[in-house]
Amino acid sequence: MNDTPVAVPTTLVEITLDGEAVRVPKGSTILDACRREGIDTPTLCWAENLTPVNVCRVCVVEVEGSRVLVPSCSRPVEDGMVIATDSERVRTSRRMVYELLASSVEMDRADREVHEWMEHYGARPERMGKRSEIATVAQPVKVQDDLYVRDYERCILCYKCVEACGDDAQQTFAIATAGRGFDAHISTEHDVTLPDSACVYCGNCIGVCPTGALSFRTEHDMRLAGTWDEDIQEVTTTVCSFCGVGCNLELHTQDDRIVKVTSPSDHSVTHGHLCIKGRFGWQQHAHS
Amino acid sequence: MPDLYFGAVDEATDAEKAAVDEAIADWGPVTIRVSERLVHGGRARMRERRHLLLPALHALQRAAGWISPGGLDHACRVLEVPPAEAYGVATFYHLFTHEPPAADDTVHVCDDIACRLVGAVDLIDDLRTGGHHVKASPCLGQCERAPAVMVQRRGRPDLTVTATDGGTVGVTEVAVVIDSGVSTPSVTVPQTGDPGLRLLARVGVVDPTSLEDYRASGGYRALEASVALGGDRVIAEVTASGLSGRGGAAFPTGIKWRGVADQEGRPRHLVCNADESEPGTFKDRVVMEGDPFSLVEAMTVAGLAIGAEQGWLYIRGEYPVAIQRLSGAISAARDAGLLGDDVAGSGQRFDISLRSGAGAYICGEETALFNSIEGFRGEPRNKPPFPTTHGLFGEPTAINNVETLVNVLSIVLTGSAAYAAEGTERSPGTKLFCLSGRVNRPGTYEVEFGATLGDMIDLAGGLLDGSRLRVVLLGGAAGSFVGPDSLDLPLTLEATREAGVSLGSGVIMVFDESDDMVDTVRRIAEFFRDESCGQCVPCRVGTVRQEEVLVRLGRGAALDDERDLLDDLAAVMKDASICGLGQTASGAVRSALDMGLLADIAEGNGGGGQ
Amino acid sequence: MEVENVDAVVMWGTNARNTHPIYFHHVLKGIDNGARSWAIDPRRTATARFTDTWLGLNVGTDIGLANGVAREIISAGLTDDEFISNATTGYGEFVAFVEPWTLEHTAEVTGVSAEAIRDLAHGYATAPTAQICWTLGITEHHTGVDNVLSLCNLALLTGHVGRWGSGLVPLRGQNNVQGGGDMGALPNKLSGFQDVEDDEIRAKFEAAWDCEILPTNGWNLTQMFEAMERDELKAVYIIGENPADSEADVKHARAMLERLDVMVVQDVFMTRTARMADVVLPAALGWAESDGTVTNSERRVQRMRAAVPPPGQARQEIGIINDLAALMGDDAWGNPTAEEFWEELRTVSPMHGGMSWERLEAEGGLQWPCPTEDHPGSPFLHGRLWERPVQGRRAPFSCVEDRPPLDVLTEEFPLRLTTVRALDSYNTGVQTSGYSSPIRSGEALEVSVADAADLGVVAGERVLVSSRRGAIEMTIGIDLELAVGLCHTTFHFPELADVNQITSDAVDPKSGTAEFKAAAIRIDRLDHDDRAELDEKVGAGA
Repeated sequence: MNDTPVAVPTTLVEITLDGEAVRVPKGSTILDACRREGIDTPTLCWAENLTPVNVCRVCVVEVEGSRVLVPSCSRPVEDGMVIATDSERVRTSRRMVYELLASSVEMDRADREVHEWMEHYGARPERMGKRSEIATVAQPVKVQDDLYVRDYERCILCYKCVEACGDDAQQTFAIATAGRGFDAHISTEHDVTLPDSACVYCGNCIGVCPTGALSFRTEHDMRLAGTWDEDIQEVTTTVCSFCGVGCNLELHTQDDRIVKVTSPSDHSVTHGHLCIKGRFGWQQHAHS
Repeated sequence: MPDLYFGAVDEATDAEKAAVDEAIADWGPVTIRVSERLVHGGRARMRERRHLLLPALHALQRAAGWISPGGLDHACRVLEVPPAEAYGVATFYHLFTHEPPAADDTVHVCDDIACRLVGAVDLIDDLRTGGHHVKASPCLGQCERAPAVMVQRRGRPDLTVTATDGGTVGVTEVAVVIDSGVSTPSVTVPQTGDPGLRLLARVGVVDPTSLEDYRASGGYRALEASVALGGDRVIAEVTASGLSGRGGAAFPTGIKWRGVADQEGRPRHLVCNADESEPGTFKDRVVMEGDPFSLVEAMTVAGLAIGAEQGWLYIRGEYPVAIQRLSGAISAARDAGLLGDDVAGSGQRFDISLRSGAGAYICGEETALFNSIEGFRGEPRNKPPFPTTHGLFGEPTAINNVETLVNVLSIVLTGSAAYAAEGTERSPGTKLFCLSGRVNRPGTYEVEFGATLGDMIDLAGGLLDGSRLRVVLLGGAAGSFVGPDSLDLPLTLEATREAGVSLGSGVIMVFDESDDMVDTVRRIAEFFRDESCGQCVPCRVGTVRQEEVLVRLGRGAALDDERDLLDDLAAVMKDASICGLGQTASGAVRSALDMGLLADIAEGNGGGGQ
Repeated sequence: MEVENVDAVVMWGTNARNTHPIYFHHVLKGIDNGARSWAIDPRRTATARFTDTWLGLNVGTDIGLANGVAREIISAGLTDDEFISNATTGYGEFVAFVEPWTLEHTAEVTGVSAEAIRDLAHGYATAPTAQICWTLGITEHHTGVDNVLSLCNLALLTGHVGRWGSGLVPLRGQNNVQGGGDMGALPNKLSGFQDVEDDEIRAKFEAAWDCEILPTNGWNLTQMFEAMERDELKAVYIIGENPADSEADVKHARAMLERLDVMVVQDVFMTRTARMADVVLPAALGWAESDGTVTNSERRVQRMRAAVPPPGQARQEIGIINDLAALMGDDAWGNPTAEEFWEELRTVSPMHGGMSWERLEAEGGLQWPCPTEDHPGSPFLHGRLWERPVQGRRAPFSCVEDRPPLDVLTEEFPLRLTTVRALDSYNTGVQTSGYSSPIRSGEALEVSVADAADLGVVAGERVLVSSRRGAIEMTIGIDLELAVGLCHTTFHFPELADVNQITSDAVDPKSGTAEFKAAAIRIDRLDHDDRAELDEKVGAGA
């Protein structure tokens, strides 16, 4: 009767990964397999604490027998799969995804590895045409309260914020994708301001944004003042002081001041997600 | 959703509230307040009702002429859908509007490839000058009687205006239809009376609004036969017939059905994909308008065979006449015990819900269609898993298009052997083709598989007097251009595959030497840009960049400077897009490039672009 | 987390959506995975809205409802008889005790319909796994401990305890309320929940600590205030608590604190209590400026780390306490680090024995009991009840009486006030009032539509709210879904509305917890001059 879940013995499947026969646990994705085998694979819309939506297509690989490339982040491995992660087709598609994004979106605050991958694949977004002559998502930044900044000029529409606000974590659904095609964008209902929306300011959307489209007001203000410097910031993991759930906090500090708060996405309590108190309550301390 | 939050917006009008409440009346709202101390609600009930969002949005648009913030909030309250999500869904569809309407009637004028050949662009100007509230529309599925117009009306049923024999559509014709409130009558098919017709036999012959007439002409015998056969044997017959999907992918229908039928113990669904939106395609419309009971019967046969209790008929919102006919047919069948708890004495339950789309080509993609029915944005899902195991509501689903389903009737009636005796060995049966463009008798044609492209053009009366064949768009916007050297190409699955082209949805659109191919190709690129759902990067941005290149070429840019980019765009869209839309968005453009049509552009032969 | 995979979850007296948002993420996963769910709360809270069924019971009738559910489980034959006969005691007596709690009687007492009670009883009992989660809606009553015992009865009847997925889940209100108990910050326990009055235990600690420990239990907080009133307690050392705002019947509490000869307050903030103190010892923030451990609701011990230095003269608390010990003449302590404290604890607290500092660092937290270094920690307790024969004491059924709130409703005080919490604020606001929350709406006394109409008050109107303890001015809010006769307010903004001046002074003698959830109040409109002024303001603002 004492049915503690027992770890199910892992079944292994054999696949061929870039010519090497390897055995990986059944149920893992191709991306998992790549990472296990030390094959670096770029991702944008994937995050370990979110359900894969496979929309950015930068992690695509070639699978023998498949007419088109497949997203490694969401496709489970199957016995006998033959996978190529660095074929000409893969390189072209990955490069083009970066070129398409960087030609339409401001990518300067994207994670460092994004820029490394772009260089790796030789992405030249400028060949799409002059910014002024082609469609982009340029628009003014939205600063509507003291906690959040939304700069959709930097939005690659990876859906991570929508997932974190919705099904994958917070279940508030204050934001969703609206519009269609190139006009698709992240929006509140009727595009009302964030304080007028259902937003509860958990900050979980900011926590998952890969390009700096969503940021904390503290970061935004420090950037404006020219004082934001990630190189000298330190991160300390501790435990939130509000309620007894035991959420781990990562305190980002610069010059002995807390400048932002995140949570480790691999922690079983938070999965990287916090509430407004844990995320912003520290400002009490900063102000006192 | 439970912590629903509603901001300060004007409250819904009584008419809006009534419209929404009526649209969801069969299910009721999510939250049931039993007493001041007892409330039932919560997430399970919310999930069960989410599929009512699309009907509720239609009800609002119809009632008020737009989706007002207050109206949307009302729908969200009763269905407990978070307003941001509902707004995301409402703004996905082009037939829903988000500003107060400029007029009671919105006139959607098709300016897509076939209609623009016959003056659609001028018609738009004329109607605007005439004071109408006009929107340019992608293909309205009336290419055989172009140009086409659909009038979306506040508080009243939508209307279709098309050319009639020998006529055209102008401001007067539109005004006449609006004033009368009656759509231009459906056309018959050019082959009416031909004994070789299988799928079109009743079109133009039997009253499409009469169940009695349908039965008198042999209708519902296939259902009787299939009840007698039992599901497994029906599936075996369909499998043996070699019937394959007519939506474009040509997957064997029997195998699909077997896969769903085998998911015993789980609720299963039958979905009819009647979201016929591929530019140049109108064959399903002809069947649905002219012989709606055949589709209802075929869905019933399929539903019983796979053990589904619920069928869903998803039809594009731009087909008001077909919607009306099918609604009538479903009701009549239900009243006659041919749908419901015990279908035709089978002891099995099967019923059909009709859901109409709202202006989104992408919803013809099967998984996008599921999302649309479920009340989400019509964004395709990644496959695998496939619909057979994870379809509508995540449950096993057989999804077939209209033409595929109606084929089943003759298979059940005459047996698989007789069915397979027609057509070729690898493409058995008959096929519907949509002939449009510069032919004498455009229309829907049914032929045995094996006819060549030239045969089809001949069947449509050949090219117009004085016209010389330049190219044919085969398979629709997602297909490709072929030249006069392909006239001998047999239009079978095997022959087209070998030739590297696709039958797609059976589009044969004929262009002559006078046609502006620049403009045509650019319009195709524009179509994909407009119809991309926006979910994946290759398609969302790729279709925009592709159109930009074509505009630049039209303005005289050198093709050599753009060729690499076009190649790369084609590669990433084809290889890395989530669904068929992105994967085929470069097909026609590429074939135009290969045939030298774009070189003409660069040489200024065209001068397209707007 | 377990709750993601349960078949049934009962949120009883908890608005976890607001108070434990991240735990509730896991509950929602459970509900999405198919768990049936009920919320039992006088209010249809944010939490209740996510559940299949909300049962709006009368404030303070939780025991009645639990007894009724128990009787229905028994009479419908849904008990787990194997578990009851092998792992529990007192079943026969319990059956007889709950016999009068028919569905009809329970419905009458609780205000919840018989059909809903039946549904809850059957749903909970027949689910393969089921959890009951609660917070202060259960414990902040004069019958708080009995309330908990009545829920334990349900778990014992059905065997929903001591198994993966099934259990009783009190959600802790503070990040280390569990850890404080772990360390022995309880009047009757030493570290590791070992009894003070147990001679053997005491001897173990005396040997380890080289000191003498008083052999009798100490006072709990309520008893301390009573001792102050008797002038038996004249000096207190308050660490990180703000009783001058947080106690029920706060006027009385403040008077008691003022009677003290010496009050030392060690806190991060200059709270109202600190302002009353003779000596204030500025402390470093626990979570950002101190090293140590905390224990969460799941008994998970986790490392807390200093990220920034404390401001000014503030110091980490172990340093302050060390120095105090030295000043008191004990210089044997040296200057131990958090790690050294912890390693000592492991030697005297068996449940923490296997949690080396190294493991806490490496494994990111461990759940006690964890007796040895090769023990993985315990995701749930009471598994021993499923061993045959049961190891240790069997679990007793408790025959607990339903006793309504002590602050009775009368014609003079006809409305029931219950205090609640908002998502973005924490307790008396000491730790949250200073950040700029866009969703903060201030304090209001929320009343039902019918009561507002009866009283002739409108939203935004200032009114006088009185109880048997005192009277304060508050702003009216109207809660469209609130039951007649019920009012609620938060107490996050004592400067705006000193709510605890009017809360009940009734206390659970077993836990010492005050009955914050049930005060009797009246609402009076302010006189007409004020009213006119208000109307003007409302008009001007509109």
